[in-house]
Amino acid sequence: MVHIRTTITRRGLGALLAAGLLATGLSGCGNSDTGGDAGGTDKIVLGFSQVGAESGWRTANTNSIKEAAGAAGIELKFDDAQQKQENQIKAIRNFIQQKVDVIAFSPVVESGWDTVLKEARDAKIPVILTDRSVDSADKTLYQTFIGSDFVKEGRLSGEWLVEQTRSATGPVNIVELQGTTGSAPANDRRKGFAEAIAANPNLKVVASQSGDFTRAGGKQVMEQFLKANPKIDVLFAHNDDMGLGALEAITAAGKVPGKDITIITIDAVKDGMQALADGKFNFIAECSPLLGPQLMDLVKKVHAGESVPTRVETEETTFTVEQAKAALPTRKY
Amino acid sequence: MSTVRTRVTTITGHRLFWPLVVLLVLLAANTVHRPSFLSVELKNGHLYGSLIDIVRLSAPLILVALGMSLVIATGGIDLSVGSVVAVSGAVACLYISEQPDQDSLGGVLTALALAFGIALLLGAWNGVLVAVIGIQPIIATLILMVAGRGLAQLITSGQIITVNSGPYRTIGVGHLLTLPFAIVVALAVTLVVAVLTRRTALGMIIEAVGGNAEASRLAGVRSRRITFLVYVVSAACAAVAGFMMTANVSSADGNAAGLWVELDAILAVVIGGTSLAGGRFFLSGTIVGALIIQTLTTSVYAMDIDPQTALLFKAVVVIAVCLIQAPAFRARLRRRRPSTVAPAPAAEKQKEQVPA
Amino acid sequence: MSQRHPVLTMTAISKLFPGVRALDGVDFRLFPGEVHALMGENGAGKSTLIKVLTGVYDTDAGTVTLDGAQVSFAGPMQATAAGVSTVYQEVNLCPNLSVAENIFIGREPRRLGVVDWRETRRRAQALLARLDLHIDVTELLGSYSLAVQQMVAIARAVDVRARVLILDEPTSSLDADEVAQLLRVMRQLRDEGIAILFVTHFLDQVYAIADRITVLRNGRLVGEYLTADLPQIALVEKMIGKELDALERLDSEAGRDPAAVAAGKALVEADGLGRAGSVAPFSLTIHQGEVVGLAGLLGSGRTEVARLLFGADRADRGRLTVAGRPAAVRTPVAAIERDIAFCSENRRTEGLVGELTVRENIILAMQAARGWLRPVPRRRQDELVQRWIEALSIRPADPDMPVRNLSGGNQQKVLLARWLITEPRLLILDEPTRGIDIGAKTEIQRLVAELSDGGMAVLFISAELEEVLRLSHTVAVMRDRQMVAQLANDDSLDADRVMRAIASGAQQEGLEKA
Repeated sequence: MVHIRTTITRRGLGALLAAGLLATGLSGCGNSDTGGDAGGTDKIVLGFSQVGAESGWRTANTNSIKEAAGAAGIELKFDDAQQKQENQIKAIRNFIQQKVDVIAFSPVVESGWDTVLKEARDAKIPVILTDRSVDSADKTLYQTFIGSDFVKEGRLSGEWLVEQTRSATGPVNIVELQGTTGSAPANDRRKGFAEAIAANPNLKVVASQSGDFTRAGGKQVMEQFLKANPKIDVLFAHNDDMGLGALEAITAAGKVPGKDITIITIDAVKDGMQALADGKFNFIAECSPLLGPQLMDLVKKVHAGESVPTRVETEETTFTVEQAKAALPTRKY
Repeated sequence: MSTVRTRVTTITGHRLFWPLVVLLVLLAANTVHRPSFLSVELKNGHLYGSLIDIVRLSAPLILVALGMSLVIATGGIDLSVGSVVAVSGAVACLYISEQPDQDSLGGVLTALALAFGIALLLGAWNGVLVAVIGIQPIIATLILMVAGRGLAQLITSGQIITVNSGPYRTIGVGHLLTLPFAIVVALAVTLVVAVLTRRTALGMIIEAVGGNAEASRLAGVRSRRITFLVYVVSAACAAVAGFMMTANVSSADGNAAGLWVELDAILAVVIGGTSLAGGRFFLSGTIVGALIIQTLTTSVYAMDIDPQTALLFKAVVVIAVCLIQAPAFRARLRRRRPSTVAPAPAAEKQKEQVPA
Repeated sequence: MSQRHPVLTMTAISKLFPGVRALDGVDFRLFPGEVHALMGENGAGKSTLIKVLTGVYDTDAGTVTLDGAQVSFAGPMQATAAGVSTVYQEVNLCPNLSVAENIFIGREPRRLGVVDWRETRRRAQALLARLDLHIDVTELLGSYSLAVQQMVAIARAVDVRARVLILDEPTSSLDADEVAQLLRVMRQLRDEGIAILFVTHFLDQVYAIADRITVLRNGRLVGEYLTADLPQIALVEKMIGKELDALERLDSEAGRDPAAVAAGKALVEADGLGRAGSVAPFSLTIHQGEVVGLAGLLGSGRTEVARLLFGADRADRGRLTVAGRPAAVRTPVAAIERDIAFCSENRRTEGLVGELTVRENIILAMQAARGWLRPVPRRRQDELVQRWIEALSIRPADPDMPVRNLSGGNQQKVLLARWLITEPRLLILDEPTRGIDIGAKTEIQRLVAELSDGGMAVLFISAELEEVLRLSHTVAVMRDRQMVAQLANDDSLDADRVMRAIASGAQQEGLEKA
């Protein structure tokens, strides 16, 4: 009886180790091809820790960075944090140990970075934040933050709506599909949008729920919105995917998306642009993932010791139905 | 003791009593918030209403939780169901998206068969790790939980695969006899699992293995086969859930599809009164558990509870249900209440006693 | 007995379970410096009374008074804290912790806030030395025999400054020496003024140590007696509530005719069967209708022999022949296919599935043999289960009651019923009468005799020599994991000769089998 139990425990332990190895193997495969001493060549070495591969947007972002690094002759050590802050902190510590020249990362969450960023500063390695920011009070912990301005995206969306409803006399009921609760894009887009629509007192957000940035979430929330609110004029979704999910719910409720309900989203991924071109969406504020070339420029500058602005915005735009039809054939993602 | 009281105790003592009470309270709260919440109307020949939404959206969770019930009954656990959901959905959508005619029924059926087959293989992989190699279930299925999610992303190349297939959409949003097709599928699978376990001896054998594995082995039960089988059944259920979830939005999202569904499924099973230690399992309880979890989510949207507090709200309800379901907690509650049983008449009994 | 006031009094205790009145107005008292035996058949309510006392169950009626103050413990922890400690029949310690850890778990000696391991070990060693047990306290508890584990449990119970010590069947897994050692410890504790509640099935132990006896039957109090006033035969009568003729009649059927069965067909032949580290190669033939008794001390390899024959463990040498055909019995399934059945010694861990019902437990082996796709039809289940509940008088006679709610003896009968419905040709019984009451014991012994008369072969393992001698045609003796003798149970065989074989091993006795 007793040795049976020990055997099982040992087996369990072995399996645990195996699973651990497997996990390390998975997360490590991004940078396993580099290795060796980073200071060996004249190439600039960039350690980059990506959030994960949670969406098409993210994949395009990753590809842009990889391509731009190759084009700029920068050696890239790429790490996929699989949505976990501890993985990301581990990756940054690895970069510090390997003495890379510059560290860049897209933080999984906003808070809790001070310690590891101080370690990087002590090792005299400049840090660039991409896509998402951190909430550290000490702004000297990183050189610059390049990424979309989420507040601006929300504001652009709101301004477009204000423009469209200028002639409206009665109240305009808006429902909002928020991104993942507490995430920076959700908070900022919400804020920017609210600021912009304050210009017209007729515009009112009657319901706002998180759809977790996913199609299934968007659809599920929209179904309840439609039942709880007899009159919905506008849907503002924090990303295309939630908007696409909501489309299904709107159609199922017997309404015509784009006509009965005006739909505004953010991101401009391919499926979203298609919906816009088809007239099912009405407006998209772009959130471009293609910040690779801009990032590589910044990497070279901080490596050379040049001063860079503390905030760099990704080059991006907005789309109406007509613009979408024109842009769709040449979209990269 | 009056018979009324006995009957009341029988009802309140039933393991589904408290979960059902919670479910009714949730529905009542929604109705207070919006009186039309319970109304179900016929729209274009389809039943339409929040209640229908709840049952339809519960369908995938019910499927996953049914499989999970059997696994948990053997004393195991299957953490990989979420990944299997993602993989099966991804495979089916990828295959369909590559068809010249996505509306072809044959193509969709082939896609389903292919994805289902792959899911069975994944289930068999879990089964081999647990039943043959003897790795602890939580570890064995953790491997596929991590690797399977990666596999799903590999299949979708990190993109969301959108399909435009009428037949495939039907699984998620179609209707049959005014009922959403997903509900019909969930009912059918429930029936199959119920018949499989309760009309054969499988259920009892599973409970025997989970209740006492060594005693079952010595009684001649081929427990390895049974253990292997439940992991395959669990993966099969997850695969069907995967079709439902991806068909619901006509797209496969390797990252988000079925994310954390394993935890919801485990919770549904536990709410339903099945012990995580294995042994007796209750399919009806599991279904009530899944309905509670979905009602909770839908309530948040329907009552427009602020997303920041919604998580807390859910946590409080879940803790309440779990506490009420815990025998130890119930016993404590009972002890607090004064005993109503009259002391047995002891005086007239003949007793011998020796002085000290 | 010097003090006038009981340390503990239980008055008019009643406890209801669904469908059963487990205790019905029972009174019980315990005096300091006394050993008080609580006697009764299985299901009489002894365990329930103890569980009510220690707060495992709450009472439906009645009061418990400790030192004159009414108490109601919320659980064993609270009871222990108040000085009422319990050692259960099946050791409730952690086999995966060390002996010292087990003794002090939850109340480790601390220094500066951290556990002082050296002190823990020193005190554990000292405590066990008081019980005359000298073992390495840093070893895992699970690496010691059940007997040692039992003593460790007592050491733990005594160390928490108990005033009331409850020993629930502490001796059922101990051999004679260990029992003597335990009784000595009990006397010592009694003389220190501790009140001891002693539950056992062994009458001679009761008469060796108990000062006072309380008898329960069917959840009711029969009476409280001074041991000196209650002859053994009267005690048994009060326990089972009927005359002893059944027991005596079986007793009078002295010996069985070994020659008659040996002439019959050999059913199972083991030839040099063995397993490294478990049991040395042995050869044994069991004939149709023959009862082979397996005698030997605890841990002598009796159970191991049974497990090899049943395929519960895999033999790594030797051959097995069943009904004249070579049989590779590597798994229980293979044994069951050859009509071999095995009632394990450890009912709770290796026999029954506690939360399944009596019905399900009874049909489990039959169902497993049929495969899950062919369920035993409900009507046939009812028929079989009903028949065997009646035949073995399983109480309560409710097929839908979870089997863990049954008393030990009734659980044993359920296990027997499971195998009997499969109609085996060889029935292996490992300690089938251990820890069960006299009534059930007699019934099981009679059943074994009947089954063998009907042609079934039985391998009967028991620590009780008298029982082995009464039932067996042949007695095989185990010692130090070797089969050292096989003795035909003719008129010349008596307990003395078997004892000598156990003690001295394979001398000239070895080849005596007829």
